[in-house]
Amino acid sequence: MNAEAPIKTNPWLCGFAGLTAFATFLLLGLGGLVTSHEAGMSVPDWPTSYGYNMFALPIKLWSGGAFFEHTHRLLASAVGLMTTVLTVWLWLKDPRSWMRWLGVAAFLGVVAQGVLGGLRVTMHMDSLGIYHGTIAQLFFALTCALVLFTSRFWAGLVANRQIRRVPSGLRTLVLVTTLLILGQLILGATMRHQHAGLAIPDFPLAYGSWWPDTSPDAVAGYNARRAEINGENPITAFQIGLQMAHRGMALAIFILVAACAWQMWRRLGGRDSLTKLAGGWLALILAQVALGAATIWYNKAADVATAHVLVGALALTLGALWCIIAFRRSEPLTETQSLGAFGVQPVMAANK
Amino acid sequence: MIKSTRFLNIETMKDMKLPAALLLAMLALPPVAKSADIVGVITLKGTPPAEKEITPIKEDANCGALYKAAPTTHFYVVGSKGELADVVVSLKGVTGKSTGASAPPVVLDQKGCLYAPQILAIQTGQKLIVKNSDPCVHNVHATPTVPGNPESNQVQMAGGADLDYQFAQPEMFLRFKCDVHPWMFAWVSVIDSPYYCISGPDGKFVIKNVPPGKYTVAAAHRKLGPQTQDVEVKDGEATVNFTFEVK
Repeated sequence: MNAEAPIKTNPWLCGFAGLTAFATFLLLGLGGLVTSHEAGMSVPDWPTSYGYNMFALPIKLWSGGAFFEHTHRLLASAVGLMTTVLTVWLWLKDPRSWMRWLGVAAFLGVVAQGVLGGLRVTMHMDSLGIYHGTIAQLFFALTCALVLFTSRFWAGLVANRQIRRVPSGLRTLVLVTTLLILGQLILGATMRHQHAGLAIPDFPLAYGSWWPDTSPDAVAGYNARRAEINGENPITAFQIGLQMAHRGMALAIFILVAACAWQMWRRLGGRDSLTKLAGGWLALILAQVALGAATIWYNKAADVATAHVLVGALALTLGALWCIIAFRRSEPLTETQSLGAFGVQPVMAANK
Repeated sequence: MIKSTRFLNIETMKDMKLPAALLLAMLALPPVAKSADIVGVITLKGTPPAEKEITPIKEDANCGALYKAAPTTHFYVVGSKGELADVVVSLKGVTGKSTGASAPPVVLDQKGCLYAPQILAIQTGQKLIVKNSDPCVHNVHATPTVPGNPESNQVQMAGGADLDYQFAQPEMFLRFKCDVHPWMFAWVSVIDSPYYCISGPDGKFVIKNVPPGKYTVAAAHRKLGPQTQDVEVKDGEATVNFTFEVK
């Protein structure tokens, strides 16, 4: 992105973008509850619901798993509408051409999500649920980015009142960590859509060992001794491997996020907004580890498992926003910007 | 005398030739073996995991009203002497003998927000009728894994019309589930012959009217997997027992 003239922010537009992001977050939670309650197929038809117009389903039929699935569809419709309004608003009012097209991308994203969700039901395809869950997280990050780009904070950044550039090594570290988090979310979505319950019922050990026995006899024994209420699919060695990979990735992400926060403290200082953001990021990851353990200890209780999904989404978004801000701060300064908006010579960071 | 002569006249003797010849031939041939039953008892060794209380039933507004206390799972139905129920016993490798098209339909009911029975078996091409005897909506979601048996998912309102199913391919433990009430499951085994049964609470099973011959009897429990044993149906009832073990 090149340096631009100072942006005029519209607090109403930013506020509406924030509302859309918040509604998307709630939608993520509802979607998480649908999967956690194994209710994804409880309403067999789409876009109708039990043959009714979706908006006219009698409340007496909002029962059991259908409550989560139906309210998820209703809120998805609301988010779709809000995103459409946001897209049109951006197109008509935002002077930045890339921002207008980003709004279009958000619109296309929400439409794709709606279609994916519907097809997952009508085509009985669990695998579509994995794409639906992953794209939901990315869409949430996008809505939060739209909030950032329409905010006064961003306008101030663009005007280059912010002075300290972010070292490229640090930017790369955070970018890699964020991509790892995305990979972890994809792993998690894949695990959840196996519909096999907990592949490993204990933590931090796995079937009483640091590395579980995944021989055919051992897995047959696990299945024989399992007492699953929701009649999940039998577990397989592949699913046990998935969970072990998820645990390993969690450890790697924790170490990397801690390293990022430490490096920021050293290189940018404690007062820098990015350092504070990294602190929040680390707190989120710590919460995520605790929720992951609790998901196992409480036998995949729906509320705990869904909270784990939501905090994962926040961790991805925070990493993405950090990267966006850091890369923006690291763009080369123009002559005008080097004098600052008010003719004040800014302090340049020594590191690159 | 006249009677006996009349009895022995030429015409009479001609009439008796064919039946007599047949009688002699039958006496000369070895005896034809008849169809017989394969019977046995299935037992469980070891202690199965404790059944779990289906607590989500009580938390559901509609289903909770049907119970004073939450029911439990029934993964292992075991008698006092280890008799194991719900084992599907069939003849391995006997295919293409299905009489399902003309067999009476089998009924699977949804009652008390649970499937009844939970383990059942039908033939390929046999009609399976699913009823909803509950005062609430269910969705009937059949999730076969064998190609040729299509997945289907249909809503069934309280008091709604019965749903019919037929499966063309043999499949063990084809799962039926309700996603509105995720604790509801039934496991339907589809067999390509009429030679199958499910062991009862006393662990006993009877596969009726098996033609003479050598067979491999397969016994499968949903949690414990399959076992096989060879048997010969020759003169009368054949017996084969199975012992499953929880380790």
